[in-house]
Amino acid sequence: MVDTKKDYQKILGSVQKPVKGEAGKTGTWSPKKPIIDLEKCIPVKSGKPSCFNCWLYCPEAVVTRTIPPEIDLEFCKGCGICQEECPVKAISMEEVKIE
Amino acid sequence: MVKLMEIPDEEFIYPGTRACAGCSMALIYRMALKALGPNTIITVPASCLTVLHGMQGFCTTKVSVLHTPFATTGASASGIVASLEDKGLADDVNVVAFAGDGGTVDIGIQSLSGAVERGTNFIYACYDNEAYMNTGVQRSGSTPPGAYSTTTPNGKVGYKKNMAKILEAHGIPYVATAISSYPLDLYEKFKNAMKISGPKYIHILAPCPPGWGYNPKDSIEVGRLAVQTGFWPLYEVIEGKFVLSKDSGKYLDPKKRKPIIEYLNTQKRFKNISDEDIEKHKSYIEDQWKQIQKRIENE
Amino acid sequence: MTVTEKKSEISDKKIKILTGNHAAAHALRQARVGVIAAYPITPQSPVVEKIAEFVSKGKINTRFVKVESEHSAMAVCCAASATGSRVGTATSSHGLMLMYEMLPWASGNRLPIVLNLATRATGAPWSVWTDHQDFITMRDVGWIQMFCMDNQEIYDTNIQAFKLAEDPRVFLPTVVAYDGYILSHTMMPVSIEKQIEIDEFLPPLKHHINLSDVSVVKGIDPVTTPHLRDRGNEGTVPGYFEYRYAMQKALENSIEIIMNVHEEFSEKFGRSYGNGIYKTYLTEDADVLIFSMGSVASQARNVISKLRKDGLKVGLVSLKLFRPFPVMQLRKLFKDTKLVVVFDRDIGYGYEGVLSYELKAALYGLKQSPFIKGFIVGLGGRDVTDQHIIQGVTKAINESERGIISHETDFIGLKLEKLGDYDEKDYFKGG
Repeated sequence: MVDTKKDYQKILGSVQKPVKGEAGKTGTWSPKKPIIDLEKCIPVKSGKPSCFNCWLYCPEAVVTRTIPPEIDLEFCKGCGICQEECPVKAISMEEVKIE
Repeated sequence: MVKLMEIPDEEFIYPGTRACAGCSMALIYRMALKALGPNTIITVPASCLTVLHGMQGFCTTKVSVLHTPFATTGASASGIVASLEDKGLADDVNVVAFAGDGGTVDIGIQSLSGAVERGTNFIYACYDNEAYMNTGVQRSGSTPPGAYSTTTPNGKVGYKKNMAKILEAHGIPYVATAISSYPLDLYEKFKNAMKISGPKYIHILAPCPPGWGYNPKDSIEVGRLAVQTGFWPLYEVIEGKFVLSKDSGKYLDPKKRKPIIEYLNTQKRFKNISDEDIEKHKSYIEDQWKQIQKRIENE
Repeated sequence: MTVTEKKSEISDKKIKILTGNHAAAHALRQARVGVIAAYPITPQSPVVEKIAEFVSKGKINTRFVKVESEHSAMAVCCAASATGSRVGTATSSHGLMLMYEMLPWASGNRLPIVLNLATRATGAPWSVWTDHQDFITMRDVGWIQMFCMDNQEIYDTNIQAFKLAEDPRVFLPTVVAYDGYILSHTMMPVSIEKQIEIDEFLPPLKHHINLSDVSVVKGIDPVTTPHLRDRGNEGTVPGYFEYRYAMQKALENSIEIIMNVHEEFSEKFGRSYGNGIYKTYLTEDADVLIFSMGSVASQARNVISKLRKDGLKVGLVSLKLFRPFPVMQLRKLFKDTKLVVVFDRDIGYGYEGVLSYELKAALYGLKQSPFIKGFIVGLGGRDVTDQHIIQGVTKAINESERGIISHETDFIGLKLEKLGDYDEKDYFKGG
């Protein structure tokens, strides 16, 4: 009789479940990280939800749409789009050590 | 036009994917999934997007994804829709095909055309980085004339297939063009498509830092120039009616369009483009906008 | 999937006079297939047409996707199966060739798709007539493969195919093949069972994937590396090698399940086909056994009584299950046989008839392995006659008595001598 608990019967097709950081800690891809100057940041200055270009244009979804915006440096790849798209040049890319 | 704060907070892609830094496709996918929401099944052929989803065991999205061979995206979406209809669940779930330009305009064109001709109720989104980027920058039917690729080292000869027009010719209820650099416009187009029943097609230009040859930080600006030079008009065709998108409106006036050379100069792939090819681009853009003008006048 | 009785359903058991194609169509209807995606090709087109007729008359709820090519047909089938529906399709020859990229996709993903194959010779040059080349060409992609010899068997095997393919210990796509024209277009009496009895035998599908449940997020068929993937407390997952091991073991172990399903079917409906993997005819006292498949086996059966009258103790083994190849069962069956004559309606080009060399490999190492002689017959629809079978058996006996073993293929039924001085060069003479 065929036993239903054989090892190969627990393996069928190649399947995935969602995880954060599937490619590892992608923050290690670049030593440069965005630092926000909160004195220039528009939503911080006005206290109202506004601008948020850094959140809008981030391909990696590591920026939160909060006041102030927060960036997850563990996964930020350092592409520099947020620096380019900030209308008041509140963001600069600087070398940061990740602990 | 959708407002910034109307876009939901929830992300449907976890950070830490294998996409390149500054990848426009990643931004496009992020915005599209925000519009589509959790009741979505995505199907993806062999492409850069396959890689973004991750290797065996662990994926990066909060929606289910069915990977499918290169030529079959349209058919795969048809199969998902057919099964949902069989189970009576078709009204509850968005079925969305997300393919690159190679998998859409070249090897995938047959199954896309068939799926659309059958009236399949799904959205087909093509992110167009204008070459086979996943396999190392070989030319595709969507590569623009004069562009460098590993299989066209002297610049592509021929045409860039106008897929939006081809899909329009199928008579489907919704066709749109979009670009990563205008994410609010992109989000709204997915929302508009979701309201319509039948086949919907969105063609999205996706500037590619390694493939096009520019610094990743400039992804948004390069795409913006594509729109500002008139190279990439943003529009919708809704039930056959042409609607020029707000972000492209002012480029009807040729004086407002930036010279195409400004766009071409940002990318190493056009470094050796011939004067003849630049003239080709110029006249193509002129013709394109003359046609748009006529369509608007005739509506 | 709810099981409901529709007024227009054929609810009483009936005997209908059907072609092989229509027998397959009726089986797909009664199996309550959820999605069918198929493209017309000679000689399979009537299957597709009959399905369309059933759908248009409201006799089935099946979603029939009228795809634009066979490659898309199998892609639709794979996607629909992964979304959780029972799926069936049909094709032939070049249609199967075009589907080829998707065949390992279906088996690798462990999708219980049933494909009806009306066999047809492959080009070049064009042929619409039958041989088994298309059937044997797909033997390495991981599908279960079965061959039918009459229209009742086509109907019965389809019903069994869904049950065994969907068994949680199996989950493999299955081919139900039958000779083009000889069965596909020939009418025979076929018992169509009561729908309620088919429903009892074949419960709704419980798929292991089921993407339609969007509350559980699944990624299906991503890039899979050669290595295991270990993410600590997030889990460890197999590599490609483990997935292929699992598929091969599932195939090997499906033989027993195939036989059990066959027995269950025959107990319920009163019809059986040997032991479900091969049929035997007068093999108990035979010195010589003929080994073949499909239409060739049918033809050989005619000849057994003729040869027996001439004093030869000959019997017939008609192979039904081609993949997985039933090695253990065939070793038991042939262990005392002196001579096996194999008739192949196909060739493994550059080697021999496929049944011939696969049987030789299967019997490797038997203490007393039989003398095996293979013949190639009937390619491209060339008629296989009683004379051809008798000729083959006679020659095989002759060569076995003289101990002549040759690996050059032996064709029966050629008419080279009637070609006179045909020379292809002459066709293109200039001037």
